Amino acid sequence: MGFWEFTVEASYFVAAVLFILGLKRMGSPKTARGGILWAGAGMVLATVVTLWHPDMHAGVGRYFLILLAIGIGGAGAWISGKKVQMTAMPQMVALYNGMGGGAAAAIALVEMYSGAAFTHGTTVLGLAIAGAIIGAVSFSGSLVAWAKLEGIQKKTIKLPKQHLINAGVAILTLIVGFLILTADGGAPGLVTILLVLTLALGLLITNPIGGADMPVVISLYNALTGLAVAFEGFVLSNPAMIIAGTVVGAAGSLLTLLMARAMNRSISNVLFAGFGVEDGSEAADGPEGEMKSVEAFDAAASFAYADSLIIVPGYGLAVAQAQHKLWEFVQMLQKDHDVDVKFAIHPVAGRMPGHMNVLLAEAGVPYDLIYDLEEINAEFPNADAALVIGANDVVNPAARTDESSPIYGMPILNVDKARECYVIKRGKGTGFSGVQNGLFFGDNTRMVFGDAKQVCTDLAAGLKQL
Amino acid sequence: MITGFVALYIFMLAAFTGYEIIGRVPAILHTPLMSGSNFVHGIVLVGAMVALGHAEGFWQVLIGFIGVVLAAGNAVGGYVVTERMLEMFKTSK
Repeated sequence: MGFWEFTVEASYFVAAVLFILGLKRMGSPKTARGGILWAGAGMVLATVVTLWHPDMHAGVGRYFLILLAIGIGGAGAWISGKKVQMTAMPQMVALYNGMGGGAAAAIALVEMYSGAAFTHGTTVLGLAIAGAIIGAVSFSGSLVAWAKLEGIQKKTIKLPKQHLINAGVAILTLIVGFLILTADGGAPGLVTILLVLTLALGLLITNPIGGADMPVVISLYNALTGLAVAFEGFVLSNPAMIIAGTVVGAAGSLLTLLMARAMNRSISNVLFAGFGVEDGSEAADGPEGEMKSVEAFDAAASFAYADSLIIVPGYGLAVAQAQHKLWEFVQMLQKDHDVDVKFAIHPVAGRMPGHMNVLLAEAGVPYDLIYDLEEINAEFPNADAALVIGANDVVNPAARTDESSPIYGMPILNVDKARECYVIKRGKGTGFSGVQNGLFFGDNTRMVFGDAKQVCTDLAAGLKQL
Repeated sequence: MITGFVALYIFMLAAFTGYEIIGRVPAILHTPLMSGSNFVHGIVLVGAMVALGHAEGFWQVLIGFIGVVLAAGNAVGGYVVTERMLEMFKTSK
C-alpha cells in the first residue's frame, strides 16, 4: 500500500467516525450544533483526500472538470440553501436528497457503461444495478415531492389503473435489471433502458401521493438514497460510502416508521393508497352545526384573563409566517398578564416531525416551552384556554371517538377538553384528510377566521387596548 | 475489494449503528436529524469524483460530471440547511 493509498483509506476511516459521532450529537438539542460541524469536517476531509485516490487516472484535465463540477453544484446549493425560507425546508431537503440519489445512479451508470462493474463478480454487479434502480427512483421521486410541496406541480395527475401501470413498470424494471445481471460483459443498451424505466417509476410512484403524506415519502427516499450510496460504495470498494450510506439507510428507515406511526399510517398505505384530498375543499360527511365566530379582540381579552393557555400551532401558522407575531403576542401575555403559556406540538405538525419546532425556534421561542403530545395531553383539562392556529386533523376529536372516520386511531391533541378553545382558521374548509372536524362546532369552541399572521397581529393589538 | 462475509458484517454493524442513533431522539430533532442524515449521504460525492476520475469517452464523462454536480449539491445543500435549522436551538436561559 503506497503512501497516498494509505492516507486516503485512513482519512475515510476518520471521516466515517466523524459522521457517526456527528449524527449521534445531533440527537440531543444541547450538542446538535456541534454535531453538524463534526460531520462537516468529515465530509471536507474525505472530499479533499479523494483527489489523491489511486483510481483517478484520467489525467490533469479531469481534475479541472471535477473541481468545476463541485463548484457548480456546491455554489448552487449554497446559495439556494442560504436563501430558502424556513417553511420551505422540507422540499429543500427533498431536492438535495434527490440530487444524492441521482449521483448514486450516475456512479452506477459510469461503472456499468465502462464495463468495470462487470469484472468483479455477480454480487458486485447486482449491487450496482440495485443502487442504480434505488438511486434513480429516489432522484425522480424526490423531484416530484419537491415540485408538489413547492407548488410547482399543483394538480395530481391521475392515470387510469395507476396501480397496474406502476406494478407493470416495476416488474419490467426488475426484468431488465436481471437481464443486465446475466448479460456477458456489458450491455449499454439495456443499462439505458433501465435508467429510463427507473426514472419513470419514481415519477409514477410519487405522483398520486397527497401533500399530507409527503414528509413520510421524503424521509423514505432519504433512507433509500442512503442505501443506494452504500451499494455503490461496495461497487467502488469505498468504505466511507458503505458505512455512511448504511447508517443513513437504517436511521432513515427508522425515522420513516416513526413518522408514519405518528400519523397513524402504514408505509404501504402511504405508497399505495390515495387518501388525502389535496386542497381540503371537498368535505366528507361528518358532524355539522353552527360555528361560533368571534373577533380577535374578544379572544385576546379571554387569553389575558386566563391563568394558563396552551397553543397548538399547525401548518396554517407556517404558511402564514405567523410565528414571529405569535411569539410577540405570547411575550405580552407572559409579561403583562402573567399567563402561563405552553406550546403543544403534534408529531406531524407542519410538514415533518420537528418542523414546527424549527419554525418556533426561528421566532425565538425557547424549546423548554414546547411540549410533545404525550407530555401535554394530560394538561388540557386543567387549561383555561387552548388556542389552535392553522391546525385541523391533529385536533379532530373524531380520531378518538368515531370509528368510521378515516383518521380514527390517530393520536390527537385533546384541545376539546380545555375549558375554552379558540381556533384561528382561514376558512371553513377541511384539513388534508378531507374529514370534517367536530371540534369547530363544539359548545366551548370559538372560531377566529382570518390569516394566522393578521389574527396574531390583531390579538397583540387587542391586548394593548385592554 | 470488500467482498463476501466481511462486506456483510460491515453492512450489518453500520445498520445497527444507524438504528441506535435514531432510537432515542426527541421528536423536536427529527427534522434536523433527517436533514443531517441527508447531508451525511452526501459522501456520495467521493464516489462520484472517483467515477468521473476514471470515466472514458464523452458519455461516461458527461454522466460522471452530472454525478459530481448533483453530489456536491447534496453535500453542500444538506450542510447549509441542517446548520441553519440547528442554529435556532437555544434555551431561554
